[in-house]
Amino acid sequence: MEITAAEALVRCLEKENVEIIFGYPGGANLPVYDALYHSSRIKHVLVRHEQGAAHAADGYARVTGKVGVCLATSGPGATNLVTGIANAYMDSIPLVVFTGQVPTTQIGTDAFQEVDITGITLPITKHNYLVKDPNKLPGIVKNAFHIAATGRPGPVLIDLPKDVAQSLIEFKYPATVRLQGYKPTYKGHPARITEIAGLIKQSQKPVIYAGGGILSSRAADELLQLAELISAPVTNTFMGLASFPGDHPLFLGMLGLHGTRYANLAVTECDMLLALGARFDDRVTMHLKSFAPEATVVHIDIDPAEIGKNVITHVPLVGDVKLILKTLLQQLERIDRSPWLSRIREMKEQYPLSYNREGGLKPQFVIEQLSRFTKGNAIIVTDVGQHQMWVAQYYQFRKPRTLVSSGGLGAMGFGLPAAIGASIGRPGDMVILVTGDGSLQMTMQELGTMMEQELPVKILILNNQSLGMVRQLQEFYCEGRYIATQFKFHPDFMQLAKAYGIPGYTLQTEEDVMNLLPQALSAPGPALVNCLVPPYENVMPMVLAGKGIDEAIDY
Amino acid sequence: MKHTLAVLVENRPGVLVRVAGLFSRRGFNIESLTVGRTENHDISRMTIEVDGDDRLIEQVTKQLHKLIDVIKISDITREEYVDRDLVMIKVNAEPGQRVEILQMAAIFRARVVDLGRKTMTLECTGNEGKINAFEESLRPYGIRELVRTGKVAMLRGSRFAGVSSGGKNDNNGE
Repeated sequence: MEITAAEALVRCLEKENVEIIFGYPGGANLPVYDALYHSSRIKHVLVRHEQGAAHAADGYARVTGKVGVCLATSGPGATNLVTGIANAYMDSIPLVVFTGQVPTTQIGTDAFQEVDITGITLPITKHNYLVKDPNKLPGIVKNAFHIAATGRPGPVLIDLPKDVAQSLIEFKYPATVRLQGYKPTYKGHPARITEIAGLIKQSQKPVIYAGGGILSSRAADELLQLAELISAPVTNTFMGLASFPGDHPLFLGMLGLHGTRYANLAVTECDMLLALGARFDDRVTMHLKSFAPEATVVHIDIDPAEIGKNVITHVPLVGDVKLILKTLLQQLERIDRSPWLSRIREMKEQYPLSYNREGGLKPQFVIEQLSRFTKGNAIIVTDVGQHQMWVAQYYQFRKPRTLVSSGGLGAMGFGLPAAIGASIGRPGDMVILVTGDGSLQMTMQELGTMMEQELPVKILILNNQSLGMVRQLQEFYCEGRYIATQFKFHPDFMQLAKAYGIPGYTLQTEEDVMNLLPQALSAPGPALVNCLVPPYENVMPMVLAGKGIDEAIDY
Repeated sequence: MKHTLAVLVENRPGVLVRVAGLFSRRGFNIESLTVGRTENHDISRMTIEVDGDDRLIEQVTKQLHKLIDVIKISDITREEYVDRDLVMIKVNAEPGQRVEILQMAAIFRARVVDLGRKTMTLECTGNEGKINAFEESLRPYGIRELVRTGKVAMLRGSRFAGVSSGGKNDNNGE
């Protein structure tokens, strides 16, 4: 029996076990929505702006490990997704994104709500498709899910013209994927693994530098085993946070620009740097020449293009980090490194993370207490800016996939919609959005989505009434000439909460934090907690531009 | 150093823009790029010349590999290969100069493909050096118009850069 391509699309999604779609309707995707109307298995979440749909699908993918799906119409619907797609691309998050398109007969005519979205998203998708033949749609969907989820994950976009969606086809979902040009390498080269095992045995002062690849390949257990077996301290990239227990004695915290001083010093002193699923980002390495100058660099990653891109690698190994670690672990025995570990302890004691508790309610204190109250049993979603770095520094993550944050793109406004996606993906877990007054105002229309979906998201605003991170940059790089970083108008967040029917709390003192924060967290349903923090607080330590990571400035 | 890459891609709309876009956004410079169908209608072959050190070429190759539509890349620079470039040159040719120009053309085994009242159009095939020399020899007469196809290249002997000589998955970052 023939069905429309739009109906076929919904069947494809059901075959891929898609349970949720975040989207926004319009003229060009009308047939797809009409087909969704008849699906009992796929739930649609109506967002308030398409950017929210992409970020929500992203947040959902990060906490579940599944592919996130979103849907928008042509033209502005499609362009509104762009930030969300770029964000998923930079952080290697699997998404399949559907856009409506004007009918094929109108493509290229500057028709109403026409944009070349496959052209626009070329550099920010792992792959994309413009469907011209309705019969090819099922195969394209099959390929898209495969490409998004395998190898180094990423977003795939499918642009579906309205007339194609309305065409009748004989539906058949392909059983297998056939892509000549796409065969990711999973199994690491055995000789290289043996070589790495040998280097680990020889090394006196190894450091493991673990990134987001640990999370996407679900290798947190193997990472912990490796670190304990070979007595190597572990530092995380921002994207890697939550892949190693934050309270573990071998944990060094995050490295780089706002990393702990002991993580940065350990990397500088180490004789072997074992990079696992990380990409030597510029915020990690800072001044390249003084990054890990003493180290033999071993780089394990699934993406061959990351190896040797930024730093010279001594031992490269392409493959899935979980599979490689499993093999590597079999070739290693317990190694004690008392001198190195006592040196690490010494660095930790000498250069602890610190802040001045005088002068108002400090944001660092709020995050420390949040960490204490939740004991790592929550999913922390953040926006972008100072609050994000304080979460990275002061929150102790205990379990993988409990941090959801925009790393590579650094997209303010990611937080609230991503928290919605996270809460839908993990309904049993407490989802806490830590945000700033700047970030929240970028996408706060999604409070409507949050309440419509009855999601118990706890929103914690570290409200410094300014764009703190950029203000900090102006303090250090523009001699304190503050421009466009301090808001002259502040919304009344309590009234905002009230407008959406969300219980609101204002915290101004440490006492408020101790009394009201647990109350806000433990009450059922959502909460909006407005923490009034001082405007001139800086994220410290900080590595100034052009300096090596061992030269951080501190309080 | 100039490298010559033989790149097999899916014969689909948009592939050229994917490849060209990759070069521009990653800051790699294309010296020349030619593309055309192969013996297999589903596959096109690009010959891309890139200038850069080994590290850059390695990055170019790896980034190209990431494009789903790219099937196989062979850097044939250090292999034995034959390469050809075709040029068409419209040169000033007063009746009195034509014999001289024809003699020149004979040396380079170029052919006359069109004749105007005051111009001749010549076609010449060869490797880059020969084409350059041909162009130089015609320059004194006054070149009115010149067009080159860019280089196409193929490995010598029975070795080949085609699909069946191994998948794309031969790159281990080593």
